[in-house]
Amino acid sequence: MTAINVATESPALQNEQMRPGQTSPRLALPTVLFLVATIAVPIAITFVYSFLSTADIGTGVKWDFTLSAYRHLFVQDKLDGTTAFDTRYVKVIWNSFVYSAITTVVTLILSLPIAMWIATRAESARNFLVAAVTLPFWISILIRTYGLRQLIDDNGPVGGVFHRLGLDYHIIYTPTATVIGLIYVFLPFMILPIYASAERFDFSLAEAGYDLGAKRMTVFRKIVLPSIRPGIISGIALVFIPALGSFLQSDMLGGGKANMIANVIANQFGQSRNWPFGCALSVLLIGLTVLFVQIIRGISARSGDQVNLV
Amino acid sequence: MTTATTKRRRLVNLRNFPTFTATSWAVLIFLYLPLVYVIGYSFNSGRMVMIWEGFSLHWYTVAIQDINIQRALTNSLKIAVVATTLSTVLAVLASLGLVRMARNGKRIAWALIGIPLIIPEIVLAIGTLAFFMAVKIPLGIFGLILAHTAFCIPFALLPIRARLSQLDAAPFEAAYDLGANDREILRRITLPLLSPAIVSGALLAFAISIDDFITSFFIAGPGATTLPVYIFGMIRSNVTPEVNAISTLLLLFSGIVLISSYVLNRVRR
Amino acid sequence: MGSKMRHRASAIAAIAAVLALSACGSSSSDGASSGAFPTAGTGEVHVYNWTDYIDPEQLKAFTAETGIKVVLDTFDSNETLLAKLQAGATGYDVVVPSDYMVAQMVELNLLQKVDVAGFPNGKNIKPNLMDVYWDKGRQYSAPWMYGTTGIACNTVDPNCAKITSWKDWFTIGAPKMDSLKDQVEVVSAALRATGVAAADLCTTDKSKYLAAQNLLDGFKPAVIDSDSGIERVIAGTSNIRQAWNGSAHRMKAKVPTVEYIYPKEGLNLWADNLVIPVGAPNLDNAKIFINWMMDPKNAAAESNFTGYDNGITGSDAFMAADLKSDPAVIMPADKVALATPTPNCSKEARDLYTQVFTTWTTGQ
Repeated sequence: MTAINVATESPALQNEQMRPGQTSPRLALPTVLFLVATIAVPIAITFVYSFLSTADIGTGVKWDFTLSAYRHLFVQDKLDGTTAFDTRYVKVIWNSFVYSAITTVVTLILSLPIAMWIATRAESARNFLVAAVTLPFWISILIRTYGLRQLIDDNGPVGGVFHRLGLDYHIIYTPTATVIGLIYVFLPFMILPIYASAERFDFSLAEAGYDLGAKRMTVFRKIVLPSIRPGIISGIALVFIPALGSFLQSDMLGGGKANMIANVIANQFGQSRNWPFGCALSVLLIGLTVLFVQIIRGISARSGDQVNLV
Repeated sequence: MTTATTKRRRLVNLRNFPTFTATSWAVLIFLYLPLVYVIGYSFNSGRMVMIWEGFSLHWYTVAIQDINIQRALTNSLKIAVVATTLSTVLAVLASLGLVRMARNGKRIAWALIGIPLIIPEIVLAIGTLAFFMAVKIPLGIFGLILAHTAFCIPFALLPIRARLSQLDAAPFEAAYDLGANDREILRRITLPLLSPAIVSGALLAFAISIDDFITSFFIAGPGATTLPVYIFGMIRSNVTPEVNAISTLLLLFSGIVLISSYVLNRVRR
Repeated sequence: MGSKMRHRASAIAAIAAVLALSACGSSSSDGASSGAFPTAGTGEVHVYNWTDYIDPEQLKAFTAETGIKVVLDTFDSNETLLAKLQAGATGYDVVVPSDYMVAQMVELNLLQKVDVAGFPNGKNIKPNLMDVYWDKGRQYSAPWMYGTTGIACNTVDPNCAKITSWKDWFTIGAPKMDSLKDQVEVVSAALRATGVAAADLCTTDKSKYLAAQNLLDGFKPAVIDSDSGIERVIAGTSNIRQAWNGSAHRMKAKVPTVEYIYPKEGLNLWADNLVIPVGAPNLDNAKIFINWMMDPKNAAAESNFTGYDNGITGSDAFMAADLKSDPAVIMPADKVALATPTPNCSKEARDLYTQVFTTWTTGQ
């Protein structure tokens, strides 16, 4: 897997500076300009729109400066005429946060064993297993989510098991289904970076600790864990950040209820027709994402680990 | 201690970590079972996805003959081919130019390139929708190509950048000492050395573009429905094993792309 | 059959009463188009329609007869359609908005005034659907399907017997209930359930909306989505659904135990339309397409596919017998009075609808 460093520059890049045959920095200009137009400008527009008013009729915005989209996030003019702190969106943000956190923890628990396991296989098996874990990256998330929906559907095998056990329990179209979907989709994002760290780990260290009589869990905690920490931190970032802004899992598995931030954003551009509010939520989501990237960057700087984001 | 004994001993020991093997197999099954379901039920002869009525290739015939699928696939391919080409060219230019760029410029450029990898796609999708509406770019194939190119650039760039940082300085210095100018070095040495990474990056960009749903969903316009957007509509309105059949074909396609990339990597090594 | 036909006649009369809010008599005669109507076409016509709402076989027949290829894209709500058109989707030739949405699109200057009533088949428009509030004299729009939004219930579920009203629907708390994801339908049903009269569904009295919101607070369906869900009904994972009558009809075809319930507080009568947006690249083809669809035989074929009645005179003769005998499609005489047009509200009322709907969907 290739990687982008969380830290802005890697040592490798500086080494390249002096090599002959290098080309003018102007070559990068078309790309930078293109990205300014297609990435920076849309984000800037999102930011500007979040301070505008809704159009009187139809969709879009009216050029009328207001903070009401942000106020709308936290304050509700209730129907009984009073104004109160609005828990609805705070709850949605909280949900997104909790679902992502659960997803991160579960994928981490599942990934540690498999990453270690793959790292300790013989080389040919290892290549095959890495390919098996990488393959889902190349498969449409839509199709993967659709497949999972069939699996956990009331008529699918999981529903069948509940039915046979005589349980009136449904997973599909519940928040549980959304979280399972997130775990399923983001699992490889946790396995691969941990594996990348584990692969570089010198297992003779673990051997030594083990031979010296340390318990297995102690070996794991004291010797293995610190060595694979960069992989774990990368994995956490790679799972938590995209999970926070995910849309499809909640939409397809959660029964169309607006449970996560991205679903509420999508609604503002459809049914609810409130672009400024959708933009304000987007700005908030960008803020949360950047905040989390900074936290990861801080952790990696403090621990001295080089942490990569795919 | 020979490597062979090290390996054997470590294998023995780590197998003893509690439940590692069982968990690993369970995780692999979990990763693949939904795909097995998609593929398995694509051969269902009945109309209902989840009620098995017998083996049949009926839904493949339906999917292949479905004019809307053909159209959506054509759109997806058109967009993916153009977006891959553009993003690969822009990625190569960026990777070559960024090396010698001043520190601040480089920082800004990398931040821009990294944004699509970090910011949730829906944010960029609605931002792009608002942008197109503001500057009156009509929703359609052209707009989709612009948006796809933008988020494909980082994927096309990553392998190139990784390769660039691994390059040994020796051939460059040798060429320089022999009097080659920068342009010749670029053409004769840099680009040939980068070419496997460029192809890798292009394949990655292609896969990302052809699978994209969220951006395409928000900015698709007249006659520009892509295959994932069309499949999403099918899943919502009338789920038949046709969805499974077309998904299986798409899986097959992704598999071929992955294998090509794998083979390329092997050749490189 | 006689009594069925009488019911049908009275249904039409009632629809005439509710849809034709104005009696002012502009008719097809004063809007005759100046140029000759295009007959044969080449190239394509880009149609943007609701999912699963047009017969693919009919599209093939259209291409065979006229030489015009149909490119079909689909949407899932009136709001999505509006958003796409306003966001600059200028390549559609024919789009299919509902009644109140036609009114808004006309107001936003998004539609072409093509004098549909003056089309060769404009004479086939049912008289009661000619002077509708969203398009008096059918200058912009041709009638497509029309129907009601009620409750489809699979009577194998004992809860069906307990649902006779929207109030029951919102309060029964049964499992396997699915709601539409449509703020106008959900909120208007909740308003009706809390005692708001049909004529008052666009009220701006916040206390009315508060009552509706309080009612919705306790309403937790399994799924909130406007997908057809027929598979889920067949599979038995969805028994009680807020549904358009045509989709109820299609469910019945697969699951005979499904019944369509007319809630006693009344239900929304909606009518969809074929319109041509401003900037349509193939104007003539769009006209040919709309005119073709106003042919009784073709309109009937679409009804047979979608499960809804249509707005074309003479189409009955070609409609499937099971469609004409289905009380979900052809309103029984005692239910006719229950159907009132989908409210077309002011921005203020619409914002209240949005507020109630958002509170509900985000509170699930």
